[in-house]
Amino acid sequence: MSEPAQVLEGAATQTPQRQRLVALAGNPNVGKTTVFNRLTRLHHKVGNYPGVTVERKSGFVADCDGVPIEIVDVPGTYSLNPRSLDEEVAYRVLIGAIEGSRPPDLVVCLVDASNLERNLYLASQVLDLGRPTVIALNMVDAADGAGIEVDANMLSEELGVPVVPLVASRGDGIEALRAAISGPLPIPVRRRWQLDAAVEREVNDLARRLEHDLPALSAQQRFSDALRALTQRGADFFEVHHTPGFWTQVRAVRAQLENEGVSSEQAEVVGRYDWITPLAARVSRRVSQPGPTASDKIDRLLTHRVAGPILFFVILALVFQSVFTWAAPFMDAIDNATVAAGDWLGASLPEGPVRDLLVDGVVAGVGSVVIFLPQILILFFFLGLLEDTGYMARAAFIMDRIMKRVGLSGRSVVPLVSGFACAIPGIMAARTIENQRDRLVTIMVTPLMTCSARLPVYALLIAAFIPAGHAFGFLSYQGLTLLALYLLGVVFAVAAAWLLKRFVVQGNQSVFVMELPPYRMPRLRDVVWRMLERGRLFLRRAGTIIFAAAVVLWFLATYPQVEPSVAIETRHAELSELQASASDARVREEIAAQLAQIEDERAGYALSQSAMGKMGRFLEPAITPLGYDWKIGVALVASLAAREVAVGALGTIYSVQDADETSMSLIDRMRADVDPDTGRPTWTPLVAASLMVFFVFACQCLATVAVVKRETDSWRWALFLFGYMSALAWGAAFVTYQGGRLLGLT
Amino acid sequence: MVTLKELNPRERGVVVGWAEGAPPTRLLEMGVMTGTEIEVVKLAPFGDPIEIELRGYRLSLRKREAEQIEIERLGSTHE
Repeated sequence: MSEPAQVLEGAATQTPQRQRLVALAGNPNVGKTTVFNRLTRLHHKVGNYPGVTVERKSGFVADCDGVPIEIVDVPGTYSLNPRSLDEEVAYRVLIGAIEGSRPPDLVVCLVDASNLERNLYLASQVLDLGRPTVIALNMVDAADGAGIEVDANMLSEELGVPVVPLVASRGDGIEALRAAISGPLPIPVRRRWQLDAAVEREVNDLARRLEHDLPALSAQQRFSDALRALTQRGADFFEVHHTPGFWTQVRAVRAQLENEGVSSEQAEVVGRYDWITPLAARVSRRVSQPGPTASDKIDRLLTHRVAGPILFFVILALVFQSVFTWAAPFMDAIDNATVAAGDWLGASLPEGPVRDLLVDGVVAGVGSVVIFLPQILILFFFLGLLEDTGYMARAAFIMDRIMKRVGLSGRSVVPLVSGFACAIPGIMAARTIENQRDRLVTIMVTPLMTCSARLPVYALLIAAFIPAGHAFGFLSYQGLTLLALYLLGVVFAVAAAWLLKRFVVQGNQSVFVMELPPYRMPRLRDVVWRMLERGRLFLRRAGTIIFAAAVVLWFLATYPQVEPSVAIETRHAELSELQASASDARVREEIAAQLAQIEDERAGYALSQSAMGKMGRFLEPAITPLGYDWKIGVALVASLAAREVAVGALGTIYSVQDADETSMSLIDRMRADVDPDTGRPTWTPLVAASLMVFFVFACQCLATVAVVKRETDSWRWALFLFGYMSALAWGAAFVTYQGGRLLGLT
Repeated sequence: MVTLKELNPRERGVVVGWAEGAPPTRLLEMGVMTGTEIEVVKLAPFGDPIEIELRGYRLSLRKREAEQIEIERLGSTHE
């Protein structure tokens, strides 16, 4: 009975009136988010557990006296045996083994009344932790609908802990749950299920050894640690907690049991279900014989052999269409606001490097981060809807066969397809993939899908160098080129997934076992809340890195500042004088236009002399084999932060005002540009093709690198992504250019 | 005796054992164990994975896993 003593000691060293800490545990798909949001009324904060990418969500609920109680959301899992990252975190939260945290004072275990048996499996593991526990019996309405009645009082008697019935979607029972959370703590129960006799004997033996090795553990903790050590092959995670002698004994016992033909691995699971199955039968009563449920009827259409895949693609097409069209006006507005803010700052600050840094570095940098927000929010709104209705599991069910071919699972489909809009929400959506290996491979290949930021670059190069004619009279060459670029990305994403899975990303072969929850009406508030959560997460974590990078790029493009070109300055001075003396408004306007052009030339000259311009020149030997000159090199360096910057950078270099992608003057100048040494044109259709191929593969997006760093919690994978994509881009552009030359193309 | 893979949609069976080695713990934890009654609900549109019903809920698993699960047929439910 050392446990309560420990708690009291802890209380004495902390604040005298310690805040109660409640953990909310449960299976996936039991409405945990809804219960959490209802209890906390959205007063909560989201972060990460230290060192892992699992999300930590915690919030506050006021007890009867208005004293706040902290509620922490435990990751939704089917088990507490730590095989997946989520399970490991869930277990550690519940025993208080997370860095900087303590064990919860109370555990609320959410149980789905319409799926009692499997939910009670997790509940039985939670009860074994020996902490005060309340069972929240959710979805009693769904159980009613299926013709099942669960007797909450009887369940409470059988389990030995309080049971609160809920219909969280309607808010029924939430007040009762709040009262249970703030009331006196229930007494923890002793284990009520039986292990196989031989295994039980050995576990008790091991537990006695732990008593000697680690006297601080409670009896209950000792038993569950010994059980876990014996029954879980992947229990090495716990190795640190126990002495080497203990593990020698564990291995000996495992071998001995195996000889006797007893599977210690199965013993725990079977023991629990042997207790649960008859218990669930006792507390639930079938009141009516259900016909096919509404969910079955919907499913008959959505996973129909023919209609299912078609509807899947239609739904995806609608989602991405909406992402594109709905986001466009917001992105324009953000763009305009950035420009306006820059203009305003520019006008209200004195000229100088500080102003330039604020306007071109800071404001433009913030703009380049926020511009992604509309797409992220809209995509996550739809993904949230698909997830909460239960369709996401069906999408994986439909597509698994195809994804299996490249070594991924159906769960990878949605992140990959999201990549067509923007890799960032796609990478973030990969969180739904349970298997860590599949998740990592998905993250690594999603940026190969052609995102919307590549479009401006493609649009410029296609308009400039791909003829406008039609093949067979109806297939436009320009359209075909765009299609080919998209396909190239997809084909290489598939190939890269296969290769990464085979040679690079280590991990367990996944067993694809996925619950297909019934279709449910999503709660709009939860969906919107999660959408905002994702947006905030993106701004805070990725935003800081992107912002810093934008400022660095600004420095590179601005410094060192050189003496202005004499030729340009002389012309500028002459024209300024002329303008001042001109009396005709029309003439003045004409001169103003020429002046603007000279100012652009001035900017182009400054850029060519800056560190970035020098980098472009420095890069020239490396990119000459791809057919690029130093000007394209500058565009590549400048677009490291974001692909679409390439267009603006080319515009600056070619000194064209307002170089948007349809600007004919930029296209004309590119076409007319001639290499001063050879006298041959800098740009040919082959160079354009090589550059487009480069952009298909290159990871020219700091936001992506930042998000990968965040999602994998490792710079290693972020840099690996950048490295392999850059290498692939160089190689593919090389093959394109040199291959084209061999074929006699120019 | 057959494996779960060989059951047709709407057919029911009871798990009697595992074709080779130990069952994956993930399946055990989801409630698939010796003595569990299973009904095959349907195949995915492209033939794999399959959807099964057990213990009052729906689960999908690949044929590769289904192949490992030995079943005794119980009959089929017709509507």
